[in-house]
Amino acid sequence: MNDTQRLLLSGDEAIALGALHSGVQLGAGYPGTPSTEILEYFSELGGNAQWSPNEKVALEVAIGAAFGGGRALATMKHVGLNVAADPLFTAAYTGVSGGLVIISADDPGMASSQNEQDNRHYAVAAGVPMLEPSDSQEAYDFTRAAYELSERFHIPVMLRVTTRVCHSKTAVTPRPPLPPSQPHFTRDIKSRVMIPAYARPAHVKLRAKLKEIEQFNESSPLNVEIRGGSELGIISSGISYMHAREAAPGASFLKLSTTYPLPLQKIAAFARSVKRCVVVEEGDPYLVDAIRAAGVAVEGKPEMYRFGELNVARVRRILAGDTSPEPPKPAGKPPQLCDACPYRLVFQVIRKMDLIVAGDIGCYTLGVLSPFEAMDTCVCMGAAITVGLGLRKVLPPEQARRVISVIGDSTFVHSGITGVVDMAYNRPPTGHVVVILDNYTTAMTGRQEHPGTGRLLNHEPARKLVIEDICRAAGVDRVYVVEPRAGSDEFETRLRECLDSGETAVIVARRPCILLLKDLKKLEITNQPQNQSQAACECSCNQ
Amino acid sequence: MNAPVTSDLGVTNIVIAGLGGQGVLKASDILVDAIFPTGLEVKKSEVHGMSQRGGSVCSDIRFGRQVFSPMVPPGEADYLLVLAPDQVEVNRHLLKPDGVLIAPDSVDINRLPNKKALNVALLGRLSRYLEMIPLDNWRQALQRNFPPDLHAGNEQAFEFGRNS
Ligand code: SF4
Repeated sequence: MNDTQRLLLSGDEAIALGALHSGVQLGAGYPGTPSTEILEYFSELGGNAQWSPNEKVALEVAIGAAFGGGRALATMKHVGLNVAADPLFTAAYTGVSGGLVIISADDPGMASSQNEQDNRHYAVAAGVPMLEPSDSQEAYDFTRAAYELSERFHIPVMLRVTTRVCHSKTAVTPRPPLPPSQPHFTRDIKSRVMIPAYARPAHVKLRAKLKEIEQFNESSPLNVEIRGGSELGIISSGISYMHAREAAPGASFLKLSTTYPLPLQKIAAFARSVKRCVVVEEGDPYLVDAIRAAGVAVEGKPEMYRFGELNVARVRRILAGDTSPEPPKPAGKPPQLCDACPYRLVFQVIRKMDLIVAGDIGCYTLGVLSPFEAMDTCVCMGAAITVGLGLRKVLPPEQARRVISVIGDSTFVHSGITGVVDMAYNRPPTGHVVVILDNYTTAMTGRQEHPGTGRLLNHEPARKLVIEDICRAAGVDRVYVVEPRAGSDEFETRLRECLDSGETAVIVARRPCILLLKDLKKLEITNQPQNQSQAACECSCNQ
Repeated sequence: MNAPVTSDLGVTNIVIAGLGGQGVLKASDILVDAIFPTGLEVKKSEVHGMSQRGGSVCSDIRFGRQVFSPMVPPGEADYLLVLAPDQVEVNRHLLKPDGVLIAPDSVDINRLPNKKALNVALLGRLSRYLEMIPLDNWRQALQRNFPPDLHAGNEQAFEFGRNS
């Protein structure tokens, strides 16, 4: 790569390049819009990238790499950080020897998510420093800055981006890459084994570190002041800054990039320097609450702007204090299951049988829309199975017998496996039926690999996780594999049989996503099994 | 309320809209690729994810001497390029009153050699208005965004749109 070259990159691509130029030795994540392209692009650039079964696993692998003195990247979307929250909070205590950066790609406005949580709260709650870029150049620069910060203070750093940063393309001028670090394990039991005796001082140490980082952030060149008039001052971060800059060209700005810990002295000085100081931020009133709590008088936005994304028009309204109803957006066409999607048939059957359906996250969530309307719950990854179990356990038996769980293959691997274990262990009195829609891919996010596809992130062959074997091993009474096809009533027959049996059952409805078909042929020709045992395994498992 | 604000930074706002699978994102990629070498600042923003499954898709492209927000404010698009007839009304509010609408009926679809290349044909049509983008930039952008076996077909579609 020519380093003086200007490139047009999406925020995701810029993060990947920033990670590569930071000498990152390992990137791990789980695909989730809008974060998915980071690892894909990192891999394309020659980075060492892997899809993990879920975000918790990804972060833990990354923590391990950073314990070993390496530089590691963990990528996920906002809800993925919920899954990875457990290791995050303790990794803040343990700290890291190498560099560790965690991406949280938030989705204000819920372009493709089940909630619009604002993950800036996670930085505060876990006690990890956070940087917020507002375009691709900053996404690149801040990724590098995040590794510097992480290695300087031996702490995981969160890079918080939003859909409009991830999926906007803007110009990036890269800088010369850094040499990779030299991983080496040094024993440090007290720092890395969080038994209470070691964790108590670790928490105290973390707070002291955060104080230091706060001082560091006070003079960080990443927080930029743009002087305009002194009538109006705007404090902003991330993409909101871009909207605000356009909405109020004459104002003065404090653009915050290190949004945890906040440089409160700098903020207070800025607020004093203008007559009216407004905090413009997307999502929760995170900045405004923190700034006010520090005793600095600033204006926030009216509650109505907490919902959805901001844009220039909305920021103009915020600045004008306009709380009149916003013009309604004409309704677009919602996405639908592809016309030839193999799961249309499954949902037709489920609909016809009038079942109570605990659903999950994936393309098949679209089964909730007409004409199927065959999904009654959808909470988070993996919840299909467990929510279904809960329903089975409290409903009167005639209703309980109609409950099924529907989950995809990638989601099953992500967090469905433990649900199946629970089903076999804490068996509901009426049994339960789980339908695993196996389309050989993570279709929703653009067809990424997962352990069940038998291929790695870069599509090279890997050991294949056999879903039906896992279910059998967990102790499920009945495990079937069927191919849902027009003209075949096998799926329906099996489903009825399982429901009537009163036993615990898993039906793997297996047929490739139609968008995958072309690629699949190519992939399977190039990906012959690696060795004898793998070949043998494939035979016995393929029914 | 949404009075168009003419930017003193000479920002041109373009929105490309349609349904998932129609090539909205591809068209916007080609457009920014054609603009980028002019040296003007360009930003492109889009929302995808569920977009491949036939739902509404929309991409904003803005360029000029200085561009801040990557999103075109409603009512401020200079050009609205819509790939699906039923998405015209859904997106009309984005266009400014004297803005230019380019819709599928802007070209004679029946004479289009390959209907899949409608996105490129409409880009060709748009290119007539965007004098600051040299024709060579468009050609190169098309080539960068398609595999070699599709170059000729797309070049044809582009010319067809440009001349209709
Ligand atoms: S992308 Fe694949 S799995 Fe998703 S709706 Fe289309 S065919 Fe079905």
